[in-house]
Amino acid sequence: MTSDIAAILGIDGIATGAVYALVAIGTVLIFTVTRVIFIPFGDIAALTALTLAALDAKRFPGTGALVVILACLATLIEIISLLRAGEPRLLPRALAFYLVLPLAVVGAAWLTMRLDPPLAVRLVLALMLIMPISPLLDRIVFRPIADGTVLLLLTVSVALHFALVGLGLLFFGPEGVRTEPLTSFSMELAGVLISGQTLLIVIAALVFSGLLYLFFDFTLVGKSLRATAVNRTGSRLMGIRPARAGTIAYLLGSLMAGVSGILIAPVNTVFYDSGFLIGLKAFVGAIVGGMTSYPGAAIGAVGVGILESFASFESSALKDVIVFSLLIPILIWRSLASLHSEEEIEE
Amino acid sequence: MTAMFSMTDVTVCYDNVEAVRNVSLSVEEGQIVTVIGPNGAGKTTLLMAAIGLLASRGRMEFQGGDIGKLAVEDRVERRLCLVPEKRELFSDMSVADNLLLGSYSLRDRSGVAKTLDEVYDRFPRLKERQRQAAGTLSGGERQMLALGRALMAKPKLLMLDEPSLGLAPLIVREIFRTIASLRDLGVSILLVEQNARAALETADYGYVLETGEVVQSGPAKDLIHDPRLITAYLGGH
Repeated sequence: MTSDIAAILGIDGIATGAVYALVAIGTVLIFTVTRVIFIPFGDIAALTALTLAALDAKRFPGTGALVVILACLATLIEIISLLRAGEPRLLPRALAFYLVLPLAVVGAAWLTMRLDPPLAVRLVLALMLIMPISPLLDRIVFRPIADGTVLLLLTVSVALHFALVGLGLLFFGPEGVRTEPLTSFSMELAGVLISGQTLLIVIAALVFSGLLYLFFDFTLVGKSLRATAVNRTGSRLMGIRPARAGTIAYLLGSLMAGVSGILIAPVNTVFYDSGFLIGLKAFVGAIVGGMTSYPGAAIGAVGVGILESFASFESSALKDVIVFSLLIPILIWRSLASLHSEEEIEE
Repeated sequence: MTAMFSMTDVTVCYDNVEAVRNVSLSVEEGQIVTVIGPNGAGKTTLLMAAIGLLASRGRMEFQGGDIGKLAVEDRVERRLCLVPEKRELFSDMSVADNLLLGSYSLRDRSGVAKTLDEVYDRFPRLKERQRQAAGTLSGGERQMLALGRALMAKPKLLMLDEPSLGLAPLIVREIFRTIASLRDLGVSILLVEQNARAALETADYGYVLETGEVVQSGPAKDLIHDPRLITAYLGGH
């Protein structure tokens, strides 16, 4: 391997890793706030890419219908639980949030689509259609079992992943998509050609991580999310509702996953089931950070990307094997480094 | 006079075991009421039920409204606050952030900076350590932070669970002085303590809880001279 090739592989790896990093940060965010290891996150990324491709082809994506169905289900569940709790006065707010808002988003997307909008608008539409999915799934699936064990939540999350993959196949068919490049810009750095798309991926990853950092450090809502992650009982005693914190975490996480889907779609062909590998590799990255550290997850994810890039050069068929084999020494190292993390989570 | 907070025949169960049985108590506006009793009598359980962390049967009223079915967060929004025995601080976060989060339930954010100054005036140690992570504080400082964080919510009724637990005698005295001074601010207090003498010296009214039931109650200054209580809880001090 020459240094030229190494440089190309390195840059390629950093770009892939940056995409994983976005998903990994979202995974850590959801896990720390809700204790759910949200396996379908990769699927959310893939669905965003497929949604964007459908919008590009002037078809209304099935994810819009999914949002409508989920919104109706979530509203039904919310109405029943509010009536049971004897709190009918909260109904209008629940209706506005779980029914009107998602339907308005889908309606706006449907109307805007008729106008043949430019790419930038289509990107926003794809993100808007994707973002309600996981908060609604949270309301329908996870909130009734919010006090369950981490293992129960994980099992349900895996089941949810299979459901989403199936829906992806139903909505978008088995063909892969590749969306048009977001930029045609490219530059040469020390003899190595760097495409604008690669730069865009890295910049987007940095910008979104930076924004998240600012959100956590400088806003009360961001701090309330951190508080929920650090101490659930303590934060409830401050009047911070875990369910609300969870919804915000799912929205933000979906945004991160959606952005990564949009970034990856022009580079890799995305199929209805591509999300699983994206999600798992991001998960490996998140584990490097112990599932609790954002910088740790980002560094881990970039490491996974670089490893994958070099592994695919050495042996394309074995690249996933190499990446996932990495998990074993990491898990051994993590379990030796923190003997008490399990109990802390259960508390 | 109607009480600002009252429990009537409150029963709390863990699975099928009744940890608290038919307890009735009330706190008047501006009063400090203490619940004393031995370890395992159900004192903490009682407060957990009062804030809504544990489900209970019976009536619970706060400022004329039934709060028995409200979630924890709704009770906090009505300015009913609990400083739990474990403090439940946000240990990875700074002292300043812990205090700021104490004010989370307040819709009106305009007074937050002023309340923060008041808390820092009351506990200068917290101001010195405002950038430090809460987890690095000493036991006494942690209790101050837990108290300060609760005060940030401008509570109408403050419930304190064993505020003196595990603290050095000098700091215990300081904490009780603080509790007594809160009454002057118009905060009503429900204080649960094993340190019965200090609690009764500070309180206006007291209840004695044994094996989940109220066995005795009366003005604190009467309880402190009660021969039975002196042998059971106050002796040797």
